[in-house]
Amino acid sequence: MIPVELFAALQAGPLDAVLAPLYWVLALWSDLLFAVGDATGLSFLDYAFMHRAILVGLCIGVMAPLIGTFLVHRQLALIGDALAHTAFAGVAIGLFLNGVFSLGVSPYLTAVVVAVIAALLIELISEATDAYNDVSMAIVLSTGFALGTVLISLNAGGLAVGINQYLFGNLSTVSAENAAILLVLFAVIVGTVALTRNQLLYVTFDETAAAVSGISVTWYNRVMVMLTALVVVGAMQIMGVILVAAMLVVPVAGAAQVSRSFSESLLVSVVLAELAVLLGIGASYYGEATAGGVIVLFAVGIYVVSVAVGKLQARAGEDATPELGSIESSDL
Amino acid sequence: MSALRNGESAETAESADTGVADDATDDGRGSSGPLVELADVEFGYTATPVVEDISLRIDPGEYVAIVGPNGSGKSTLMKLILGLLRPDEGTARLFGEPSHAFDDGARIGYVAQHASASKEMPITVREVVKMGRFPHVGFGRLSAEDHRIVDEALATVGMSDFANRRVTKLSGGQRQRAFIARALAGEADLLVLDEPTVGVDAESVDAFYDLLEALNEEGITILLIEHDLGAVTDHARRVVCLNREVYFDGPTDEFVESDALARAFGTAASFAGGSGGGRA
Repeated sequence: MIPVELFAALQAGPLDAVLAPLYWVLALWSDLLFAVGDATGLSFLDYAFMHRAILVGLCIGVMAPLIGTFLVHRQLALIGDALAHTAFAGVAIGLFLNGVFSLGVSPYLTAVVVAVIAALLIELISEATDAYNDVSMAIVLSTGFALGTVLISLNAGGLAVGINQYLFGNLSTVSAENAAILLVLFAVIVGTVALTRNQLLYVTFDETAAAVSGISVTWYNRVMVMLTALVVVGAMQIMGVILVAAMLVVPVAGAAQVSRSFSESLLVSVVLAELAVLLGIGASYYGEATAGGVIVLFAVGIYVVSVAVGKLQARAGEDATPELGSIESSDL
Repeated sequence: MSALRNGESAETAESADTGVADDATDDGRGSSGPLVELADVEFGYTATPVVEDISLRIDPGEYVAIVGPNGSGKSTLMKLILGLLRPDEGTARLFGEPSHAFDDGARIGYVAQHASASKEMPITVREVVKMGRFPHVGFGRLSAEDHRIVDEALATVGMSDFANRRVTKLSGGQRQRAFIARALAGEADLLVLDEPTVGVDAESVDAFYDLLEALNEEGITILLIEHDLGAVTDHARRVVCLNREVYFDGPTDEFVESDALARAFGTAASFAGGSGGGRA
């Protein structure tokens, strides 16, 4: 069984080497939050797993709306949902491999691989058919979920494997390894968006003009869906498969209500998402409820407030209409 | 049939005559050879061709208008020229390269019919105009010089006071001005405009065509797709009359005197300018 040995070697060796510095970062972060907990008397900061959960939550609050902004304004809000369900299949594959071959691979790693492949598949289908159609999206979504459930039921470990944490997310199961993986995903996502922000903005706003200006629309669409897959897997730990797409969409929709410019909407969506994440994690700890659901409910509440604020803004801003200048050719 | 304007360099006219367009490395503004060259192009979305047997050549400094009735293939022809579509038959070249492979976006400014862009996205007029600089900066940041060019483009279209307005809150005409400013900010060699004045008020339309004329005098090549025949005959120097195939290609004066219009449009058409504009 060469592949298995290869897998095991890969998993024990290079991965831990890569993640080692991140464990150090996690320890620093934990020390910081212990100190904050001592200073403020917040009891939930007494647990190391909560420190990791908060860090993961903060990262989700940045990367989900960051990518979501580009998706929502292209009417691709549901692609996150489709990818989350294929990521679930990835988790199931990971659990299956672990169960059958005793590999000890993090199911989140297999989820990353499967979700990225599914993302490319959706993109290739849309390129071939010239449209993102909801039918192909629905097919990919259900295939992913079906594959996941079948594999889990076939699993050598039987149904004893806890899949609830993947379906609904769980604060207390965020391991140091998974938190470190998330930091890597976070760096890749934020770095890629920072580098290609001009191109992504142009493609999102006006695909035809972007194509004329020499931007490879196909290539950037592929980058976009792959980043989406990474976000979905990263956010899945806390949000769960079923609710992960909400973080891509709800804060962005709220920000669009109150923002005038694109950069403002990016910033506002991140702020709204962070607010929902922190309130949600805090409330779920004290209320002993599932964090993912509480976070999404807070996000939706914030969205409703944003709509109201947006309406008030529009009413206040109606008075001032600037004079339209004339088209000048004399100063050329 | 090159309708080169006087005042363009003799070198341009000379090399245009040779018709050689393989000098892909030459990227100077006064580059030799045609900017656009279509040879026997045919294209159809289905088995029935939308355009066929199109041969067209546009040299630096020209001001060309493509006219034709609705459904005549004007917008399709434009997409073939820009490389957004690939011809089924024949070849399309842009700046001497196959159109679909051409990727120096800094050389082309493009104003679409305003339907194409996202309508709900929060984005300001200035952010839209800044996109015109994106082909110049690539992955980098806009410099102070880029911002100056953006401000200038905004001023040119009379939209300076609207710079921080959300595009979704603008009227159709104002939005169109923003897109025109974006094309200007690109400082392109070739401006391609697809019915750019739809929704723009009549007074501004005249000012806009004056602007195009001034740009053309600067040496910028202009390709205009229009259904407003009045505007075309008043401003363009060369007319290409299209209805699936080219019915006329030549100086505007000759077009007015010819019967190409009646043949292409089928029924009585006039130069009074049709404002019943749908898209082709």
